Parts: sequence; C-alpha cells; structure tokens
Amino acid sequence: MSAGGATAGDDLIEFRDVSIQFRRHKVLRGLNLTIRRGQTLCVIGESGCGKTVLLKLVVGLLKPTSGQIFFEGEDVARMSARALVKLRLRFGFLFQMAALFDSMDVYDNVAFGPREHRICGEDQIAGIVARRLRDVGLPPGLERKKPAELSGGQRKRVGLARALALDPEVMLYDEPTTGLDPIMTDVINELILQTQRQGGKTGIVVTHEMRTVAKAADRVVMLFPLARVGRDDPQVIYDGPAAGLEDAADPRVRQFVRGEAGDRLREPTAADAP
Amino acid sequence: MAAGAIEVGDDAAGGGGGETAVHRLGKLVFERVAEIGDVSLFSLRALGWIARRRSRGSVLVPIFYAIGVRSVSVVAITGTFIGMVLAVQTYHEFQAMGLETKLGSVINLSLVKELGPVLAATMLAGRVGSSMAAELGTMRVTEQIDALTALGTDPIHHLVVPRFLACLLLIPLLTLMADFMGVIGGAVVCTQVLGIDSYAYWKHSRDFVESIDILVGVVKSLFFGAAIALVSCHRGFKSGAGAEGVGKAATEAFVFSFVGILFLDFVLGLFWNTVYRLYWPHTPGLL
Repeated sequence: MSAGGATAGDDLIEFRDVSIQFRRHKVLRGLNLTIRRGQTLCVIGESGCGKTVLLKLVVGLLKPTSGQIFFEGEDVARMSARALVKLRLRFGFLFQMAALFDSMDVYDNVAFGPREHRICGEDQIAGIVARRLRDVGLPPGLERKKPAELSGGQRKRVGLARALALDPEVMLYDEPTTGLDPIMTDVINELILQTQRQGGKTGIVVTHEMRTVAKAADRVVMLFPLARVGRDDPQVIYDGPAAGLEDAADPRVRQFVRGEAGDRLREPTAADAP
Repeated sequence: MAAGAIEVGDDAAGGGGGETAVHRLGKLVFERVAEIGDVSLFSLRALGWIARRRSRGSVLVPIFYAIGVRSVSVVAITGTFIGMVLAVQTYHEFQAMGLETKLGSVINLSLVKELGPVLAATMLAGRVGSSMAAELGTMRVTEQIDALTALGTDPIHHLVVPRFLACLLLIPLLTLMADFMGVIGGAVVCTQVLGIDSYAYWKHSRDFVESIDILVGVVKSLFFGAAIALVSCHRGFKSGAGAEGVGKAATEAFVFSFVGILFLDFVLGLFWNTVYRLYWPHTPGLL
C-alpha cells in the first residue's frame, strides 16, 4: 500500500497545481492530488472548502482557473466536446440532493442515460432499470412515482441507480448521506461499499460523515477552507488512511473528526481575516 | 478611510481611489455588452444543435403542448378584448368625421400588422417565458443541469432546443389566433353594439387589409418567438442561487423578452417600410 493508502492499480486521475476561483472568491489553490485506479478516496473538510468543486472539476463541469486535471494522462480541460462526453460516460455522479429530473418519473430518470446514448433497445433498458433499482434496494412499484413523491433516502437511492445505469468505472459521490437519518445513512454507506467492491470501481466520496469515511475509504484527504489557510500553507491538511485520522498530527484534523467547536464560538478578530 | 469608502474602492476592481459616476457607467456598459455577447453565444450554440441533431419526439411533444396548446385560451381572450377595446376607443373620433364605416380597416389593419403579433408575443413572454426561466433556474440551482451534463447530455440541446422550436413554430399560430379573435371582437362591437353597417365595415376591411399585411405580422412573430425562447432560457441558465435567484430570473425573462419584442418590432417595422416603399413607391394612404 502506498503512503496515500492506495489499494491497487495505476494513477487514474491527477490534479496538478489546480486552482479555481469564482470572481474574487478563491476556493482551491495549488491542489496536487493523484487518485489510483480501484481506490476509494474520501474527501472531507468543512463546508466551503471546495470538496464539491473538486468533484465537478474531475468531469469538466467546472474548469480550473489554473493548473490541469488529467484522466488517464489526458488533460480534461483540453478535451474536445466529443471526448468529454465519452469521458463523462465513464463516470457516475451522485449529487448532493440527488438532482433527479423533476419532470420525469423514477423509471425515466434511471433510463435517461442508456436511452439518451442509445446503448440498447427499450426492452433492455427496462431490464437495466429493474436491475439497478433492485441493486439499490428499492421495492418494485416506485417506477412511476415522481421525485417529489419520494423520501430523501429513496431519492438518493434513485440517484445512485441512475448514476450506475451506464455501469461507470468511476463513481463520484457528493455528500451522499447529508440530510438522512442514521439508518438510511448506513444503508447508503453500505450501498457505496457494495458499489465500490463490485467491479473494483474507483470512487471519490465527498462527505462530512465520519461513519461513511470509516466504512468506505481506502484513503482520506482533508481540505481546509482557503479563507483560513495562510498564504504559503497547503490546503490539504491530511492525506492518509482513515485509521490515522484520530491521531493526526494536525489539530485541525482531530478537531474536525471529533466534531468539536473549539475556538469557533469566539468573536472573530482582525487576525482571523484571510 | 471610512468603511463605506473601502467597500466602494474594493468594488472598483483594484481600488486606487473612489468610484465615480463615470466608472459606474463604464462598468454598467461593459456588463451589458458582456451580457449581449453571452446571449449571442448561447443562441449560436442552440442554433448549432438544431442543425446537428434532432430532438426526440418524446421530449418535444410535452413542451409543444405546454407552450402552444396551453397558451391558446389566454391569447384568444387577449386578442378578443384588444379588438373590442380598439373599436370602443376609436369609434367617437371616426364618427365625428363621418368615417365610422372605415373603422374595420383601422381595427383590422392594426391588429394583423401590430397588435396581434405584439400582444400574442407579450402573452407568451408572460405565460411561457417566465415559466421557462423559473423551471430552468430551478434545475440550475438543484444541480439538474449539472446532472444532465454529467450524464453526457448537452443541456442546451436537451432543454433549450425543444423550447426554442416550440416558441418559434407555434407563435405564428398563436398570432393568427389573436388576429382572428381580435377581428371578431372588433366586428361584434362595431356592428352589434355601435350600430355600424356590417356590409360597409367588412368592405373597408377587405379593401385595406391585404394578405401581405397578415404575412408581415406572422413573420414578425417568428422573431418574437425566437427572442422569447432564447432570452428566457438564457435567464434560467444564469439564474442565481435560491428562491430569490429563480424569482429574479423569471422576472428578468419577462422584462428582457418584452423589451426585445418592442425593439424587434421597431427594427422590423423600419425594415418592412423600407422594403414596401422600394417595391410599391406610389402606395395610397389608408384614408
């Protein structure tokens, strides 16, 4: 196992000196990160530290202000539109609030990818939808319900089924357990674990939930919000196995893992300004 | 320096002193130019997708129904009332000159050349434009547009092209509906309420309203429909976060579409007049 805790395989995704800012708000600065094939990486950190932005950069939903992101050695930002579509079909993306298409029912949401890319006929699509809904533990009879009629956990599971419909090599999970009760959180964690183990998928899981980290992560990276990072300090404050989080040398990591408010309740001073 | 002054300096992109009215004006102009450029690129991408790939019928049909069929009643009611109001408002002046039988030509010509297309477009902008911006804005803030992209689908092809085609292809029919209902409304008020002779009313209408006048209105409506779809979809795609952002996008969709309709109406009016005078230099006046 590497220092980063990689389980197997070669480099699949590489962030090389990546920075991104929105107007004047800098979110990521000089990020260097390599994700190996077959690895499940959990990205943790406080809200606003750029975790979701990191996920969106991987599939070209956002472009870096500077730096490069490579997938199998190819610069994502320099890909043609056609190559980018092919790349995206190798990814499955579970969005934070599932992002199901409101105007479509559950069946059409899950069938969207195969239907849009005409990978098979309608009979086979029906088979894919049934299998994926069964994989995520949804009972039959939900297919014709609209997303608004589903519970939070059901929506997440439909979102996962939709992401898996094209049988992607890499799964991206954006805060998959946010807003769910503890049991449903564990259900989703188990589904992530099951998805990652079956077929040896590569995965990036962005989460605040330490139970998800403990269950799913081969490797954990913790980002810190740039607003509270010194000009020359790195934004990645932890990169290692999940087991090492509790005893991390950096007190900011231990504070996050334990969920302690610490000095956050005191009045901010001029010294806190970025 | 006072806190307020620091904020102004900060907003002026680089500071270096307070922001004057000239700075603000310049910034506003740059922002508007950038906005026009952005809408233009967005429109070109939509047109490019129309040329490259056909939308699926299962995507088109519900959108055509929502935009076209569900707008019929509101457009018909608006057209009817405009015809009736025109009759009521113009009757006394024409009667004073003894020209009330010529009201048919005035009402019907106004309707088919101007009021029918403009009002049908305005109703479409209000009913459909705002709704499209709100729907797409909600999709933006709930990451549904990102989800489409992540699934390898171009959101402009999937979301904008069907709405553009629906507005473009159905607004001529809605315009004709508004024209027809306005003509009927005006005729009913003039002949049944105001007592104008029916034969004279329709004869003057026929003498002055030609097929080309109806065609001009219909052609104008194509431009209005395209403008409504592109402006409204663009506003939706650029929606800010939260309910406030979506609400603002919906409002802007109507306001910008309406201004666009009026601007296009003016430009197309000038263009048509130039063409008309070029081919028919000795055109008689209306009266």
